Amino acid sequence: MTININRRALLTGIGSLTVSVLLPGASARAATFGAASKPDLKPENLSSYITVNADGTVTAYWGKMDMGQGTDIGCIQMVAEELDVPVEKVTLVQGDTINSVNQGGASGSTGIQQGGVAIQSAAAEARYQLVQMAAQALNVPADQLSVVNGVISAKSDASKKISYGELIGGRHFDTQLEWNKQIGNALFVSGKGKIKPVAEHKVIGTSPPRRDIAGKVMGTVDYICDIKLPGMVHGRMVLPPIAGAVPLSFDKASVADIPGVEIVHENAFLAVTAPKEWDAIKASQKLKVTWSDVKPPFPDQKAIYDHIRKAPSIKRETLPDVGNIDEAFKGAAKIVEANYEWPFQSHASMAPGCAVVDYKPEGTSTLWTSTQKPHFGRDGVANSLGLPAEKVRGIYANGPGSYGRNDSGDAAAAAAVISKKLGKPVRLQFMRHEGTGWDPKGPASVHSARAAIDKDGKVIGWHFESKGFSRLDVDSNESQPAHTLAGQLLGVPLKFNPQFGTPEESYGFANRRKGWDVIAPLLERNSPLRTSHLRDPVGPQIAFASESFVDEVAFATGRDPVAFRLDYLTDPRDKAVVQAAAEKAGWQPHTAARKQMVGDIATGQGIAYSQRSGTRVAMVAEVEVNRTSGKVWVKKFTVAHDSGLVINPHLLTMCVEGNMVQGTSRALHEEVKFDNKSVTSVDWMTYPILDMTEAPATIDVVIVNRPDVKPSGAGEPSMRPMMAAIANAIYDATGVRMRQAPFTPERLKAGFV
Amino acid sequence: MTKRIELNVDGKAHAIDVDPDMPLLYALRDDIGLRNPRFGCGLAQCGACTVWIDGEPVRSCATPVDSVGAGKVTTLAGLSKDGKPHKIQQAFIDEQVPQCGYCLNGWVMTSAALLEKNPKPNDAQIREALSGLKCRCGTHVAIMRAVKRAAQA
Ligand code: FES
Ligand code: FES
Repeated sequence: MTININRRALLTGIGSLTVSVLLPGASARAATFGAASKPDLKPENLSSYITVNADGTVTAYWGKMDMGQGTDIGCIQMVAEELDVPVEKVTLVQGDTINSVNQGGASGSTGIQQGGVAIQSAAAEARYQLVQMAAQALNVPADQLSVVNGVISAKSDASKKISYGELIGGRHFDTQLEWNKQIGNALFVSGKGKIKPVAEHKVIGTSPPRRDIAGKVMGTVDYICDIKLPGMVHGRMVLPPIAGAVPLSFDKASVADIPGVEIVHENAFLAVTAPKEWDAIKASQKLKVTWSDVKPPFPDQKAIYDHIRKAPSIKRETLPDVGNIDEAFKGAAKIVEANYEWPFQSHASMAPGCAVVDYKPEGTSTLWTSTQKPHFGRDGVANSLGLPAEKVRGIYANGPGSYGRNDSGDAAAAAAVISKKLGKPVRLQFMRHEGTGWDPKGPASVHSARAAIDKDGKVIGWHFESKGFSRLDVDSNESQPAHTLAGQLLGVPLKFNPQFGTPEESYGFANRRKGWDVIAPLLERNSPLRTSHLRDPVGPQIAFASESFVDEVAFATGRDPVAFRLDYLTDPRDKAVVQAAAEKAGWQPHTAARKQMVGDIATGQGIAYSQRSGTRVAMVAEVEVNRTSGKVWVKKFTVAHDSGLVINPHLLTMCVEGNMVQGTSRALHEEVKFDNKSVTSVDWMTYPILDMTEAPATIDVVIVNRPDVKPSGAGEPSMRPMMAAIANAIYDATGVRMRQAPFTPERLKAGFV
Repeated sequence: MTKRIELNVDGKAHAIDVDPDMPLLYALRDDIGLRNPRFGCGLAQCGACTVWIDGEPVRSCATPVDSVGAGKVTTLAGLSKDGKPHKIQQAFIDEQVPQCGYCLNGWVMTSAALLEKNPKPNDAQIREALSGLKCRCGTHVAIMRAVKRAAQA
């Protein structure tokens, strides 16, 4: 790294001008440190992250994305903290590839954990550089200076002072950081400036509000669907009625009466455009297409779990065994076993994916996207357009929610294909049936668990297996055409990545094995059941099974579920969240289902816990089950959340609340339906989600703040143990063990008999 | 087969030549050039396209533009008066309700209409009035807080 303070000032001999600021009454002068023009956007340049503006305010440039949970505010706090400026003076710019490096976008709940700490470290270096500049300007040694609200002054003489704005306002840092040579989530930079000890925090741990709310509520900000360009046409896809069929021909005359309609066709890719949106929609519905005759690719939905069990494993992974699992089961006095099943689920974002691409063969092409990974989205569109990445600018616009790799990346890729073919700016939006029916899905899976118990009721063996579709039929970002629907329709070679996962917990059973198998996709190309990351990829399904099974084993050994967990958990932070949730919820210990009834309503409590990439969450669900209708209402959640150092407690709480409602929806309602031809969950009737009448009355979030532990993620961890907490509560209420999700009235009622 | 249709939207008169069967949503977005309400489903199932016609929340995606007649259309952006948020908007802001916010037309327009009719709704009445609207981000409990806050304002 290069410490290069004031090089230009010295070279040009204007360093001496700094004396003038010390004169009483001297007015602010133009800053002289740093560089007049902005150095190139490179990860090692400090200027890529932090700018001090002429008025002394600070702008931070962030290569991750906030998707409405306020991680951007968390970052602003981290920057403000390190720079010793008020939060109000810091602005954060995100989601524009022209001014931020690729920090991975929104991904794996790493916004604060990785993206935040990287920019915090850059801010600490900016402060260090500013203090060096001030030392020179004030002629006071750096260690004799202190910073308050962006003004650096001599400790011994407060009248010797200079502000950030006076040092470098409107100019640019021209020094470098140590960069770990990683792009994406893992990108980290550091310099000589070290981040502050927690004891000195003034801003971290407070709850400044989000800044995007008023514009959204007042209806004054643009969303992705609102982007309009001169000459822009509206595009709609035409997708096959039987998955895998390709368009052999189409009848132009069938849409000839629609003004300005154009048809884009290559291989299996078929789309229509029109200058007016309603016309494009009509054209997509009216276009007569002859589809190839293909064998319906899917099994009967009822047979899906059998299919998974019987299908050959194409990849298997296990964690290293602990102890000797086979001996443990041989010597067991009792063996408990159970199987669990989890369906395909859809992102079903609030609107289907939409993107605008303006292809320019010369100059810079532009992508407007609501993807959570605009840098990768830009790369993908550049690939589709056959342009180098630097010839495409990716700009984020507010979208209809994103909880992983939804269909917005597919919209971008399709818009790029059409824009290039037509040479016009194209706004492509999927229709609702495509948004739900054709988005990348969370994978379906089966899970088998068995526990060996000795004669004293002690668990001596634990074996947990998952088998399912990969979590990544297509990658978690759209940077390559192979991973987009458009790319697959065009026939780009596939890149299939078989991945699943194992439970993240700290139970110290003496002998244990955890593994997974992945099976081949049902249809390898252009599949409406292709999988990718959906909020906490494979976490909910694995923890549904493993944490339900923990309860099953607790009861089989005559133990209370909370006491059982506390007995076997080895990690103190894990124990602490379990204790915190149980205590706050008023846990009532029980060693069997209590089946408490008032009239038709059975009530119960259930607990579950898990880890996720450093974060620990335990929760108690309280349910009411209507024995007549079979309907479940999760009346209350108590969630103990330990994600290390807390940056913004209020926004953390709100983020957890959103998780709890979305997760309750997934637990109670969500199952992608399909027949042998295609996905039949195509709207909100066929893919229902939680209704306001079913929302929990209370979500009590207990934040376990651990200032001594680096911050970890919060966007997904509370999604993970929720399904088991609900299933365990249903069991306590009714004695019915839910081993297949979602927990629909039909499944409940089937258990009542 | 276009037809001249006159619309009053957020207090302004517009005349457009459109397919009379086209849903109001596209008239507002494409022909009049407004940037919300928004398309969520086009099937009257989610609320993202909600506007008021004469103070009644309707799903503009499923309302033929020809059927609006002399009805006065109010959008989310037209709910505020002189830049001052409607009390329900203020409550949504104070409670920091939205995550993505894409769903807001439905929740804000419907709860504002609820409070016109029933200024002090109880929890069950709020839930019932807002039933059917979708929020995929799961901001339901914050919405409940906001509506209750507005009812007390
Ligand atoms: S877009 Fe009109 S209700 Fe969904
Ligand atoms: S805030 Fe995203 S759908 Fe409601």
